[in-house]
Amino acid sequence: MANPKEAVKEKSMVIQKEMLAKQFSELSKAKETGKKVCYTFVPGNLIELIMAFDMLPVYPEINALQSGMRKKSGGYIKDAEKVGHSEDVCTYVKCDIGMFLNGNIGPTGEKLPEPDLLLLSYTGCFTFLKWFENLNRLYPNAEVAMLHTPYQEDGKITQEQIDYMVKQLKEEVIPKFEKVTGKKFDPAKLTGLLQNSVEAENYWVKILEMAKNKPSPIDAYFAGVYYMGPINTSFRGSPECVEYYKELYKEVKERADKKLLPVTPEGEMEKERFRLVVEGPPNWTNFREFWKIFYDLGAVIVASTYTKVGGVYDQGYRQDPSKPLESIATYCMGCYTNLNLPQRVDLIEKYVKEYKADGFLINSIKSCNSFSAGQLMIMREIEQRTGVPVGFIESDLVDPRYFSYANIKNRLESYFQMLEQRKIILEQEQVQA
Amino acid sequence: MSKYYLGVDLGSTTSKAVIINEADEIIGRGITNTRANYSVAADIARDEATYNARFSVLKKNLEDEIKAKPEYRKYIADLESVFQYEQFKVKLDRLGEELVKTCDNFFTEKTLRETMLNHLRAIRRAFKPKIKHDYLYNDLGSRNQFFRDIVSEKYNEEVNKLDATLFEPLMTVWDKSISPAENERIKFDFKELVHKAMDELKEKYKNLPESSLDNKSVHFDAEMNLLRGNFDHVSDTLRKHIDDIAELDFEIENMTGTGYGRALLPFPQECIRSEILCHAFGAHAVFPETRTVLDIGGQDTKAIQVDKYGLVTSFQMNDRCAAGCGRYLGYIADELSISLNELGPLAMEAQKEVNICSTCTVFAGAELRELTNLGEKRADILGGLHKAIIMRAMSLIARSGGVFNEFTFTGGVARNPAVIKYLGQLVRENYGDNIKINIHTDSIFMGALGGAMFARRNIKADLPGAKTGKAVA
Ligand code: SF4
Repeated sequence: MANPKEAVKEKSMVIQKEMLAKQFSELSKAKETGKKVCYTFVPGNLIELIMAFDMLPVYPEINALQSGMRKKSGGYIKDAEKVGHSEDVCTYVKCDIGMFLNGNIGPTGEKLPEPDLLLLSYTGCFTFLKWFENLNRLYPNAEVAMLHTPYQEDGKITQEQIDYMVKQLKEEVIPKFEKVTGKKFDPAKLTGLLQNSVEAENYWVKILEMAKNKPSPIDAYFAGVYYMGPINTSFRGSPECVEYYKELYKEVKERADKKLLPVTPEGEMEKERFRLVVEGPPNWTNFREFWKIFYDLGAVIVASTYTKVGGVYDQGYRQDPSKPLESIATYCMGCYTNLNLPQRVDLIEKYVKEYKADGFLINSIKSCNSFSAGQLMIMREIEQRTGVPVGFIESDLVDPRYFSYANIKNRLESYFQMLEQRKIILEQEQVQA
Repeated sequence: MSKYYLGVDLGSTTSKAVIINEADEIIGRGITNTRANYSVAADIARDEATYNARFSVLKKNLEDEIKAKPEYRKYIADLESVFQYEQFKVKLDRLGEELVKTCDNFFTEKTLRETMLNHLRAIRRAFKPKIKHDYLYNDLGSRNQFFRDIVSEKYNEEVNKLDATLFEPLMTVWDKSISPAENERIKFDFKELVHKAMDELKEKYKNLPESSLDNKSVHFDAEMNLLRGNFDHVSDTLRKHIDDIAELDFEIENMTGTGYGRALLPFPQECIRSEILCHAFGAHAVFPETRTVLDIGGQDTKAIQVDKYGLVTSFQMNDRCAAGCGRYLGYIADELSISLNELGPLAMEAQKEVNICSTCTVFAGAELRELTNLGEKRADILGGLHKAIIMRAMSLIARSGGVFNEFTFTGGVARNPAVIKYLGQLVRENYGDNIKINIHTDSIFMGALGGAMFARRNIKADLPGAKTGKAVA
């Protein structure tokens, strides 16, 4: 993922940049080096398994969001619509398909290799299935492995569910990997990778929890999406990933000790006026502008649900190297979008309280029904349970036509002014009491 | 000296200004069309509000006298009307110049140009006295505040009397001339203008009957009873008071800008507030029990929940699509070739509501034509259309948390009787009969009022006027 700002180069940023560069260069050379390529998705992604087979991962959503940030998604989406995809289809999908139609040139300007394996491990969104069907049509030579992941409908993961997934891993997924790579599955290798994962996860949680400081030294949404890159995508399980989070933790800790505020693309924030919890993905096509509205008005995001799409580690879950397959099965089922609505509400409530947030904001995504369903209920519940004012804005992932700057700015300004007034009133009430 | 506070609501279609005193009472209102130039529109609205405020001060100063002598009230009201006419006249002359200029540039052929110019002169000659008469005798000033609307109606009327071939060219000339004329702020000298108005009134009252039976009577409440003798007297006794308000140093202590174009106002950052907060605050000030506010403006619809302090606790607004807002109604009116003001009353004649699928501005025209072709009656289509707008608003309200007692409806669209009818119906259907629905005659000014009230509560803000030590008004 691109770095927020070149001017303020912290060591962790340099590390992440190098990690990514290396990965894309490996990808571009995959044909020559004979490395096999696996296309998969972020929620509940089985990166350790992919690594255990020495495969290289490609994440179509990440490509889409990168295209969004580089202002290419608009054109890609239109091209996908030209071949018949409706205006209402998830724009990640259309962006990905548009990119394919335009030669599959990846974020670094190099052509992405075709997949040898299509691995679908998250089934919470029906769109993913359809997306996969499309990918399958576009890459007819690829093997397909589909892992059906149960949704946490009753709010918990049962042993039956774990067994069900392990069975699929053993009988369906791993054999496909073996077939594609010609390698035998090595449980010890997976265990080793999972050990690294646990270490990275520990640092990651410590970093996120730094936002409990007042002022918060990090922005857990806008900067959070950069921070979450390695652990939620291609690197969890690698020693570089541990290195990255160790370094990041050191930096964040230092900032916290110095009582410094988050760094933005325009330098350090000076004042923390509002602490917010945010639900929903950010908008990628206008990411900088979107972020700017927040930091200009002194709003710091102290916790977000979106950074948990790759796993809700801060609630205690860790990979278990001693039971590798059970562990990855549990991980898969535990990512944020696999939680049921009451679980999500509980989680957000906890965030608002533990991170002492002044407000809760939802960014509802127009083309993503999966993420947006139930958000109004979440909103009402949080309002009632915590008493903090709740804000609601609407934008899209990567369709620039769905981002109305004036409208979003208007809503956010109103929302922030509303928070400010509330603060004044609360102070007055306290004085009177 | 009294302190005054200004709120300016720069909406997408109209700009409103309100001046309040230290007791949060509205003492001045100003409104104008917002066209291309926002800051001019804001200035015009503000000027209007200050003139209006001077008249309010006059009435306030004379409160006791007015009680004793009702003819004072009538005189002041008349004076304000004629005062508005005097301003109107200047603008009209300005428009006249613009029309001639456009004509000169537009018609290159000499004879054609001369013909057009002659028509324009004739048109102006015809409608000028009509407008004057309407201001002086029919209270036009309080019925319609928009220069553009008033002249365009008369202009149209005259053009329609001419040969049909002239319609196109004359309307083109009009379209090219109205905006520059409207978008110019003309500085008036209040005192000069008010004296002119007094002279004009003398003329008007000349036509009143001379005293007959009892010219000492003080029961002059109704116009019927007004007698010339009384007015000769009134104008003399009020002259000093009128001069006083004309000279009054009208200092604005603080101001707040709000609305769609608020960022364009030359106000410091601290003096800018979101219209969502302002509408809610204004509505709550007028109806303190208000807990839910619906504001339908030109471009957007907002459903707002407020607490006992009038502070917003949550809100929802439409996305970038302006479907169901004031602009949509304007579009429909254009589509039917009627004025916006006629739309609501026509919809009130509906016998049933035709189901309208699209509140989308782009589709509405087609649907309208289609339904007309199917033989649906205009009124019934309009009934359905108004209902569709309210249904859209109801969904926003639901998203914001529902309707709580009391419910206040604000914004320009709140002047439309059909909108009010369906709103009442649907609110009751969905939230029961016990909801009290408030709609104030000043509903369009709620945002500006809220702004002015915020200004009064935030006197620390850095004022451009205060900096230079000059009065803003
Ligand atoms: S969850 Fe939303 S963004 Fe992701 S694939 Fe499904 S619809 Fe698209």
